[in-house]
Amino acid sequence: MRKTEKTPRLFRRRALLLGTAQLTLIGALAWRMNQLGVKKAKKFRTLAEENRINISLQPPARGLIYDRSGNLLALNRQVYTIQMVREQTNDPQAVLNRLAQLIPLSDTKITDILKEMLSRRAFIPVTVATGLEWEHIAAVSVNAPSLPGITPKLGLNRQYPVGPDFAHIIGYVGPVSDYDLAQVNDKDPLLLIPRFQIGKNGVEAKAEKTLRGKAGTKMIEVNSVGRVMRELDDQPGTPGANLQLTVAHELQRFATEHMQGESSAAVVMDVNNGDILALASAPTFDPNKFINGISVADWKALNENDYRPLANKTVQGAYPPGSTFKMVVALAALTLGVTNIQEEVNCPGHKDINGRKFHCWRRGGHGKVNLRKALRYSCDVYFYEMSLRVGIEKITETANALGLGIKHDLPLPAIHSGLMPTKKWKQRNKKEDWYIGDTANAGIGQGFVLASPLQLAIMTARLASGSQIEPRIINMFDDKQTKIKGISPLSFDPAHLDIIRTGMYDVSNHPRGTAYSSRLKSTEKIAGKTGTSQVRFISKTERKNGVTKNEDLPWKRRDHALFVGYAPYKNPRYSISVIVEHGGAGSRKAAPIARDIMQKALSLGQNSYGPIHNRKRSKLDNLKRKPT
Amino acid sequence: MSILINAYQNVPTGFRKVLYFHWPLALLLTAVSCIGFLMLFSVSGGNFDQWAKPQIIRFCIGFVAMIIIGFTPISIWRNISIPTYIISLALLLYVEYFGVTGKGAQRWIDLGFIKLQPSELMKIALVMVIALYYDWLDSEKISKPLWLFPPLLLTALPMALILNQPDLGTAILLGSGAAVVMLLAGVSLWYFLAGVSTIFGLIYFVIWSKGTNFQILKNYQYRRIETFLDPSSDPLGSGYHITQSKIALGSGGFSGRGYMQGTQSRLNFLPEKHTDFIFTTLAEEFGFVGGITLLTLYIMIILCCYLTAMQNHNRFGALLTLGVAATFFFYFCVNMLMVMGLAPIVGVPLPLVSYGGSAMLVLLGAFGLVQSAHIHRTR
Repeated sequence: MRKTEKTPRLFRRRALLLGTAQLTLIGALAWRMNQLGVKKAKKFRTLAEENRINISLQPPARGLIYDRSGNLLALNRQVYTIQMVREQTNDPQAVLNRLAQLIPLSDTKITDILKEMLSRRAFIPVTVATGLEWEHIAAVSVNAPSLPGITPKLGLNRQYPVGPDFAHIIGYVGPVSDYDLAQVNDKDPLLLIPRFQIGKNGVEAKAEKTLRGKAGTKMIEVNSVGRVMRELDDQPGTPGANLQLTVAHELQRFATEHMQGESSAAVVMDVNNGDILALASAPTFDPNKFINGISVADWKALNENDYRPLANKTVQGAYPPGSTFKMVVALAALTLGVTNIQEEVNCPGHKDINGRKFHCWRRGGHGKVNLRKALRYSCDVYFYEMSLRVGIEKITETANALGLGIKHDLPLPAIHSGLMPTKKWKQRNKKEDWYIGDTANAGIGQGFVLASPLQLAIMTARLASGSQIEPRIINMFDDKQTKIKGISPLSFDPAHLDIIRTGMYDVSNHPRGTAYSSRLKSTEKIAGKTGTSQVRFISKTERKNGVTKNEDLPWKRRDHALFVGYAPYKNPRYSISVIVEHGGAGSRKAAPIARDIMQKALSLGQNSYGPIHNRKRSKLDNLKRKPT
Repeated sequence: MSILINAYQNVPTGFRKVLYFHWPLALLLTAVSCIGFLMLFSVSGGNFDQWAKPQIIRFCIGFVAMIIIGFTPISIWRNISIPTYIISLALLLYVEYFGVTGKGAQRWIDLGFIKLQPSELMKIALVMVIALYYDWLDSEKISKPLWLFPPLLLTALPMALILNQPDLGTAILLGSGAAVVMLLAGVSLWYFLAGVSTIFGLIYFVIWSKGTNFQILKNYQYRRIETFLDPSSDPLGSGYHITQSKIALGSGGFSGRGYMQGTQSRLNFLPEKHTDFIFTTLAEEFGFVGGITLLTLYIMIILCCYLTAMQNHNRFGALLTLGVAATFFFYFCVNMLMVMGLAPIVGVPLPLVSYGGSAMLVLLGAFGLVQSAHIHRTR
């Protein structure tokens, strides 16, 4: 063993050098510890919490939809799902075989379930069956001891108990699609739940935000592979607001059933406040088919039907109003002072305008007619004359004041604004000058003029009440009434409106009125106007050889049958508009339907609003939904 | 004869050795090990039998071994340095062909009661043999280039074998241990400067070689380096370990979340929570305070070694003491750097705390050598 004087000194120097280096490194360690554990502690604590806490969304119960008197139109049905956890049983195959004796479960399905369970971690619940009835669940619950690992779960599914009656108003819900997600700028995490149901059409879609409610959250602690360790917090969500429509189910159902077999639409409206009592479009469809996604065959059948069952014709359809438009021309003429109640116009059966013959519907003509008679007989020549005197701009102005050519605000999709032409409009859209003949055609509600059944009902309601009423279809959300738009009187002379009303009274009640056969025989009288609007051009030769009868034409080329009216004549309550697509003469096809619906509406009595449950009640339902 | 030498050098004999035993050092080692038992009990979720109990048993065995080794005269250890080295090398060669591989890294021999990792043994054997070499070498020859070759060869042989396992972490620790002994022995600093530059050049070359035909490291090792440089690039893949480890460390805050309250370890977000990453659990549950406490204990252990080495005129004993201290230092330093995201994950356990038999026994045995050098030091 060596011992020199020189080496220990060198050794000490080197040891000190090494020690310093080591101390520096230790200093760096301590600094880093401080950095992570003290300076950034908050950030890392959050990250650690995010690691261990999983937040799962609890879908809220969707708001219920009621009719005017408080009948349920859309509700949430409880559906049962059965899940199985592999690790809770020794023999999943045996358990599933036992389960198959209690619920419908095929052998192939069992094989699929077993395969799925083995591909996942043992504690992950796998769905065995969905859409089960209560009896199945009861059977499973009774046999629970012999079915280890099996748990029933409760979910909610939308249901429309009145089915087709409200399909066009309420619309339907359906599973949220990628397309929906791309369309809406909605950050609600609920939309990310697979097959979460959202409103796809009608009020369900338009009032989606209010009906949906707010998601509840459930916080669970999980370990690194996602196994649930314990429940930390459970906050039930807020169910969606319940909604009451202004529509009366009894009347709506009556109208829908009454129109079956035709492609038609009917609107009944309260003339005093604009509340819509019926908004029926036929044929209709079963919205329940859409809830869990419609089958291709069903979808094809609905889409390829000529009668377009999916379309809500009351607001989406726009038709030439035909003679129902004559009140507008008459009112415009009176307001402008270009005629008066006495003035008579001779109707020889046609009118020559710039060398073209404009025919009256009655080949022989009506002789001398004043305004009241012109409405009663629906004389076309009189209105050709008046429209030329008034001019298209004033006709459109009057029509707009009565609600035609204007898009009305209802929570329904694809509302058509109709069309009230002006000279400018034709220049812009048809690249053509306005001809005088265009005005004459507009004077009898043909040509470019288009109106939806809703607009015609509004027009009639405004004529009947003399007020600027606006349509309303949602009465309230929970207990909050929706705003009724301020009702101001129309700017027309009440005397002029009275003249129009007497004309409309004659249509239904004068023995020579066009709708006399469809009058109300009770003390409450109906006042109205028929309309038969052409959808084809009748050539000179055809006119010479006799106009082809409607019945002999293919369905798509037949005339539309229309009727607008209100009742009772004195002290009016409801306005109605009915259109039967390609139904032929308005007096024969539309007027009887309108009369029956009106009679039904009047028979409903006061027809005041019934009580609905607000969402406090459905909160209890929500609590009941908690998985057992 | 050794007794005569001992008497001549005022070295204690017989039971007097108990008085000269470095008890503070033994106490510090016990304290650190106790922290280890506590943490192992915690990460097992309160299961004493899982990790804490075997660890305590190994500590007891190791502690007895430390006393026995410590009471054995240092001259004996000096004399068997070369055989120890040769046996270690042979074992390394043996595991190369017959050993059991775990997790693609360290290899061990299953001796029944313990899974012996020859690489752990080699760490100490290498320090011993290099200390012996410089004890033997004339001081004038120390910095002569020719005389540098034997220690370099002694280091390179086991390093190559361990790298081949492949266990980068242990190889680095081995090389660092040898370098420290050479530094203390007085090899010219210029060589070290040159060595460090070569290493940096080599690192550059290793990184550059990625994707070429003569790629030096395994792909997973490159991934570890990449994720070390940017853990967020792959938070659920290779970066998962570092990210989760930092979260655990940071979430402890100043005073920690409380014993057995660490969510990161309890819910298994931490990888290797009972071995390489046990420090993160300590920091999570006892916070900054806990981390600094352990660090302080480590510093005190190193300090004890320095103090005794400075007083030791026996060149072999002094070199061996600081060599062991440096190996120990590298252990905890690399481990902490690693779990705190300052070094790539190379698989180095936290000494005396991480669960593991070989490391525990070899470390306590190495401190036995320090004790022996201390008791039998030339005064």
